[in-house]
Amino acid sequence: MATTDIHIHQDVHHHGDGHDHDHDHEHHGGNFWTTYIFSEDHKIIGKQFLITGIFWALLGGSLSVIFRLQLGFPDMNLEWLKPILGGWITPEGKLDPEFYLALVTMHGTIMVFFVLTAGLSGTFSNFLIPLQIGARDMASGFMNMLSYWFFFASSVLMFISLFLETGPAAGGWTVYPPLSALPQAIKGSGLGMTLWLVAMALFIVSSLLGSINYISTVINMRTRGMSFTRLPLTIWAFFFTAIIGILSFPVLFAAALLLIFDRSFGTSFYLSDIYIGGEALAHDGGSPVLFQHLFWFLGHPEVYIVLLPALGISSEIIATNSRKPIFGYKAMIGSMLFIAILSFIVWAHHMFVTGMNPFLGSIFMLLTLIIAVPSAVKIFNYVTTLWKGNIVFTPGMLFSIGLVSFFLTGGITGIFLGNSAIDIQLHDTYFVVAHFHLVMGSASFFGMLAGIYHWFPKMFGRMMNERLGQIHFWITFIGVYMVFFPMHYIGIAGFPRRYYSWTNFETFSGFADLNMLVSLAAILTLAAQFIFLFNFFYSIWRGRLAPANPWNANTLEWTTPRNPGHGNWPGEIPAVYRWPYDYSKPGAKDDFIPQTIPFSETPESNLPHETELIKLESTSGDDIIIQGGKLEGNH
Amino acid sequence: MMSLIIVLGVVLVLGILFLIFRISTLVGIARGKKEEYVSPSNGVHAVLFIVFLVLSLALFFWYSFTRFDLYTLPIASEHGKKTDGLFWITMAITVIAFVIISIIMFVFIYQYRYNPARRAKFFPDNHYLELTWTIIPAIVLALLIFTGLRTWNEITAPASKDAEVIELIAQQFAWTARYPGVKDQSLGKVNYKLIDAVNEFGLDLSDKNSFDDFKSLELHLPVGQEILLKIRAKDVIHSVFLPHFRVKMDAVPGMPTQFKFVATKTTEQMRDELGNPNFNYELACTEICGRGHFSMKMSVVVEEQEDYERWKASQEAWLKQNPDYLNKVPAELKEAAMIKAGMQADPGAGVAVVKE
Repeated sequence: MATTDIHIHQDVHHHGDGHDHDHDHEHHGGNFWTTYIFSEDHKIIGKQFLITGIFWALLGGSLSVIFRLQLGFPDMNLEWLKPILGGWITPEGKLDPEFYLALVTMHGTIMVFFVLTAGLSGTFSNFLIPLQIGARDMASGFMNMLSYWFFFASSVLMFISLFLETGPAAGGWTVYPPLSALPQAIKGSGLGMTLWLVAMALFIVSSLLGSINYISTVINMRTRGMSFTRLPLTIWAFFFTAIIGILSFPVLFAAALLLIFDRSFGTSFYLSDIYIGGEALAHDGGSPVLFQHLFWFLGHPEVYIVLLPALGISSEIIATNSRKPIFGYKAMIGSMLFIAILSFIVWAHHMFVTGMNPFLGSIFMLLTLIIAVPSAVKIFNYVTTLWKGNIVFTPGMLFSIGLVSFFLTGGITGIFLGNSAIDIQLHDTYFVVAHFHLVMGSASFFGMLAGIYHWFPKMFGRMMNERLGQIHFWITFIGVYMVFFPMHYIGIAGFPRRYYSWTNFETFSGFADLNMLVSLAAILTLAAQFIFLFNFFYSIWRGRLAPANPWNANTLEWTTPRNPGHGNWPGEIPAVYRWPYDYSKPGAKDDFIPQTIPFSETPESNLPHETELIKLESTSGDDIIIQGGKLEGNH
Repeated sequence: MMSLIIVLGVVLVLGILFLIFRISTLVGIARGKKEEYVSPSNGVHAVLFIVFLVLSLALFFWYSFTRFDLYTLPIASEHGKKTDGLFWITMAITVIAFVIISIIMFVFIYQYRYNPARRAKFFPDNHYLELTWTIIPAIVLALLIFTGLRTWNEITAPASKDAEVIELIAQQFAWTARYPGVKDQSLGKVNYKLIDAVNEFGLDLSDKNSFDDFKSLELHLPVGQEILLKIRAKDVIHSVFLPHFRVKMDAVPGMPTQFKFVATKTTEQMRDELGNPNFNYELACTEICGRGHFSMKMSVVVEEQEDYERWKASQEAWLKQNPDYLNKVPAELKEAAMIKAGMQADPGAGVAVVKE
């Protein structure tokens, strides 16, 4: 097996080198456009996704603060927002109710797709896959570049839609027709919705181009010795994420396409029996519930597209900073695989009360609650990894701990919502808002921040300020809990989500105090992100120079130079001899042994079966590569 | 002017913060402070996590117990007792798990904070542990699944034949109820193509069951009797939410839906129980439906069965309120329509009752 691997590998590299020579010359020539803009280098593309994601995160966060002002301070005069929002502030100084819905919709769309899918997966899959598996670049640098620029085009369209006179899409991020199909029903379903659909179509193209690349890179381009069982959990997570994306995003594309047909070409896929604006529409025979099935067939896996990379990142960071192997490496992979499979057969738990056949509801309830088992295994494994560790609270570690805490708090409420009988009351209340913001929104967001703090030294060759990072963590951690924990109470009390105000209902007349607290906490949390922004941009240029391996980590990316150039390693790609979690191995000199160090060099710490592997090390390849490995080891 | 001062103030504060940051960095460099692998303040975070754990759990339990009545709605339906029972069983199980796991996790984080003199334990695997925490959650979840399934199947089982049928029609941004008239006790056919400004139900007046149907802007429900809500929407998706009755079901254009339940407390009883003479049941929309989503309310009145029957008998048929629509009634049914709608005394009232 090993020999064939090497042959394929070398072939690929000859090709790669041949192609890359031209580019290399261009790069060294200092062409700004090919180096930083239309780059085919996975590291630059990763940073492009990151910067765009940060832009979107700020925008999405700001939108939420605007609507939280409305909910927390319903009597506040918002006149002062007029310079930004113009006509969307009514003459009485109130937020326009329709624009409120647009804000909610765009906040959801932006956060789920543009920040936590593109910004998280796009950044870290691109940046880390080649570096951690030992590859010069992605399988196709060109496709990778296209992936970013499709995302960029999609971003531009979505951004433009915010400035339309009729406003952006306003039917909720799930864009259920008929509301999203009929401009008569809501203004946002006019041009705003058209742009939303086109932007999402481009986004899906971008996501598919990226995912195909991630999968082929992980399968084909691992360095010598990097078997699947030696992959860091980050790579496993990105790999599963990409597979989920490839299987589910096309379904959203189909859903969007049919919606475009219904909107523009008079078909009736989703529309039937509608009387609106004083006339009965000709649409007949369609089913709005069909859209919901198609949407959630992506929509639910999307939750895991968002969450799995964050879980992978936190697994890696928690192991490194606990100075311990991740507990249950194979169980972690197994539970991610199980989650990935189950994610495709639970979608209809979003639809228990849509009028879907109740028998379907029973099946989906059963499958949904099963997904709690692998999730629980993951939490227990994280906790066991911390047990008897030697925990270093780097900002990355703090955010990873925060992620586990959110994953626990938010995950547990999923057991209520997955139970169809309990969901009758809780569906579309603030309980749901609390649940998914903690388990998917905040947990994934913390995974993204953890990843940025942890791999910043590799991205920019400098360190972020640790103290500022820790302050950022504590404000954000407490802020997020203050925003989302009170929402459980509001939800149990039955408050429906997407309400502009609750004053019309006696039943929902309470909790002005909690709502105010939530809004204040949201403002505080958003403000804390500026500490991060300052730290991030300041450190890119003025941060302390990063050491080669600032966290004493085992994975391959830390064997590259401080600022890895095109091709990542100046010489031979290092070979890999062990799994990435040999932390605090009994007998070893240091509390970490990088993957590039062969077992033959660590007789003092080898386990019995590893001593056996030494023989394979000397017979499985030519001497040069072994020497390369040894050289790396001595570094 | 005021805003200029605010902007200047903000700039000044930010400038000062930046200077503090810069000076502390420079002082660190001047002192020759070599950034260590683990900063000396590492233990502070371990302590902060414990403080966070204690304070947040205390706050959680204090608020949950002292404000219990604020965030729980009284139950006014039979199945609501069951779903709420399930809710609180799930709550007990999950809160126990949540508290135990949280305490263990944050205590580990504190106890195993970095100590240069110690080395972490190399503990990569343990199949027994993995099996334990796969099987235990699986068993607990299986119990929840089975109790949940049984309740769900009961709630969604077909309604009995003598259930009181009421139709709810959703449109932007109002609810309307249609009751079968007291004479035939069945709802007439509807067709969305017949909807116009007056005929908002799209009543098909060629169906004789439609003659005595009547409209109500308030939802009247009898207590202690099975009610079958037939739900439909005219324009976009809405959702019927009766919070006190634990009822929720979407209203979907083109796909009629339904929900059956039994109300257990009249409005009066609930007023006495809560000591709030102004209490009213309400129906809210819980599916985003446009600009007025948040104001889509219907008042709900639950009354004793005799009162309910009396109220029903006192309502005028839709056709009586809109006599112009008599010309939509086929000629041969016109007289029957007028009798049924109460627009004309029934010459053979006694006979008609016997026939029915």
